Amino acid sequence: MFKLWATIVKDSRILWRDGVGLALMFVMPIVLVIVITDIQNSTFQLINKNKLPVLVCNRDTGTSGKQLVEAINKIGMFSISELPRGQDEKMIADSMKKTDALMAVIIPVDFTRKVMAKSKTTAGKALTSFGLQADSAQKDLGDVSPLTLYYNPVLQESLRLSVKGALQSALQLVESRQTLRTLYFDINEKPLPSKLEGEMLNNKAVINDLPVSVNGSLKPPNAAQHNVPSWTIFAMFFVIMSLGGSIVREKTSGSFIRLKTLPTNYLVGMLSKQITYVGVTIIQAIVIFSIGIWLFPLINLPGLNLPQDVFGLFVVTVLSGWCAVSYAIMVGVFAETHQQSNGFGAISIVILAAIGGLMVPTFTMDTSLKAIANVSPMHLCLQAYYGLFLENGKLGNVIGYLIPLVGITLGFQLIAIWGLKRKNLI
Amino acid sequence: MEINDQLAVNISNLGFHYQGNDGVVFSGLNLQVKKGERFGLFGPNGAGKTTLLSLMTGLLSPAEGSIQLLGMDVHKHHNAVNKLFGFVPQDFSFYQELSPVENMEFYGAWAGLNKQQIKTKTDELLHILGLENVRDKQVEKFSGGMKRRVNLAIGVMHNPAILILDEPTVGVDVQTRYAIINYLIELNNNGTTLIYTSHQLSEAQGLCNETALIDDGKIVAHGHIDTLLTEHKQDSLEHLFLELTGKEYRNDV
Repeated sequence: MFKLWATIVKDSRILWRDGVGLALMFVMPIVLVIVITDIQNSTFQLINKNKLPVLVCNRDTGTSGKQLVEAINKIGMFSISELPRGQDEKMIADSMKKTDALMAVIIPVDFTRKVMAKSKTTAGKALTSFGLQADSAQKDLGDVSPLTLYYNPVLQESLRLSVKGALQSALQLVESRQTLRTLYFDINEKPLPSKLEGEMLNNKAVINDLPVSVNGSLKPPNAAQHNVPSWTIFAMFFVIMSLGGSIVREKTSGSFIRLKTLPTNYLVGMLSKQITYVGVTIIQAIVIFSIGIWLFPLINLPGLNLPQDVFGLFVVTVLSGWCAVSYAIMVGVFAETHQQSNGFGAISIVILAAIGGLMVPTFTMDTSLKAIANVSPMHLCLQAYYGLFLENGKLGNVIGYLIPLVGITLGFQLIAIWGLKRKNLI
Repeated sequence: MEINDQLAVNISNLGFHYQGNDGVVFSGLNLQVKKGERFGLFGPNGAGKTTLLSLMTGLLSPAEGSIQLLGMDVHKHHNAVNKLFGFVPQDFSFYQELSPVENMEFYGAWAGLNKQQIKTKTDELLHILGLENVRDKQVEKFSGGMKRRVNLAIGVMHNPAILILDEPTVGVDVQTRYAIINYLIELNNNGTTLIYTSHQLSEAQGLCNETALIDDGKIVAHGHIDTLLTEHKQDSLEHLFLELTGKEYRNDV
């Protein structure tokens, strides 16, 4: 026990003096978690509070064009700037650059005429199907001319599609209103009362979106609940930069030779490194969670809410840290140089994070990649954390992720021991 | 095998070659070192000195034959044998991020000493080797000579019966060499058997009483230094070395 304690003290002292390693393990993930949460939160605010800047060039002189601009405005997610109707495509592109608008909508010249004609055709068909006489003089002028949506290529496809959907619903509102007015007039020979029009068009069923949780809590998760666990796991696996290098240094420097000539098994050294660095990963989690709870609200970011099952949170943290440390030891055992350990370590962590769903959710991945993600260590850590943070689950609810995680960890350990034996190091 | 309780080291019929390398390093090598000797093992680069020390300390395993330290087979009784000898490798074998005291606390624990024994031995060795005033400073800032003394101090912490030293004075100034050699003689006077390699043959001639010259994995001379010098009509170990191993360059790849 004294040997193990002396080794833990030695490893802790070396770690404490490794300023670069400490910075990589603590400062880098803290910066990441703040920046990524801020970016995700800003995206949310952009749509819900700050509004997306959009230019509108209404080339139509009729009422439908104006109604469409009003309908787009009413959606609530756009900040509209109207352009003079005479602007051509090049001038609109220049205006987008000048105003930092990400999109521009062009309403065609004949928009009202086409909407009117379309509504008369549709109303006529409806009257005929009701057994009433329709206005036979009305010609079908074809579909309503398409709106043109210019967008900055930096705009992500998902955001562009959601904007397109919103514009589509505004367009549909204008068309429906006109069809309804025409139909009412043809039947009653007087205009549609505005009160009735409002009730018919605006009385839509509301969608309630509720998060699914284990304990029935309806508190919606925020950007902090998503990001803090993800980047805590990333930070834990980044111990490879210090631990992997430390093992390589020990192997390549003479210190390892002397250790082999002493009456103590090197497995004591490996156990010490695990205890020391799992301790580091627990401290990382405490620091990052604390930042989420106390610092985030001070910098206008949503605060982190800890899960109800704090013991479960501790167990998930320890097992995630143990997996990260075991991976670092395995890489350190096989790496021949410090550069190999750091280079491979850093790149492999980024790849594991991508596969594990830390950067892009795994539900967006294709089937084969999803299958790999389901057995990747970071994904299992993340799912266990999400079970606690997002679904308010308890340890029992996430045990299904922890059992394979322990299996993978033991696999890393066995490979590391095999590597040590193969290299005649134990 | 017959156990001779007068022998510190007994190597018999040793065979060894590196994996993936066709060349045989040792074949049928025999060597005995008596207890209490100051034994020097010399040879040109690539002769097999460091390999032989690695086999004696259990860092490498022989393909055939056996190596005994104080009657115990190095490879069969690895942990027990490791308590009997101390090893001072040619490389700085400690943690440069730590101070001498911190290194000695760690290596002392791994050598099987308790907290009190470590403290006593650390104070004693740092005093003897002139490192008291830098005991808490990080070793990486030390000069080469100071690092050599730390290297030696760690190797003798557990009072080993046999001390194996691979070029312990390489790259040090005259003062440090003088201090190290004097301390080794003092250790030997107190009963420690020294097994020593070096290319500093004038230094070795002053330290060692018994020697073996090794070349191309074979022992080309073995005996008391004075006897060998007389037999070969040479006035120094260096001249004897050149006579037995030649003057050609040795490229150790």
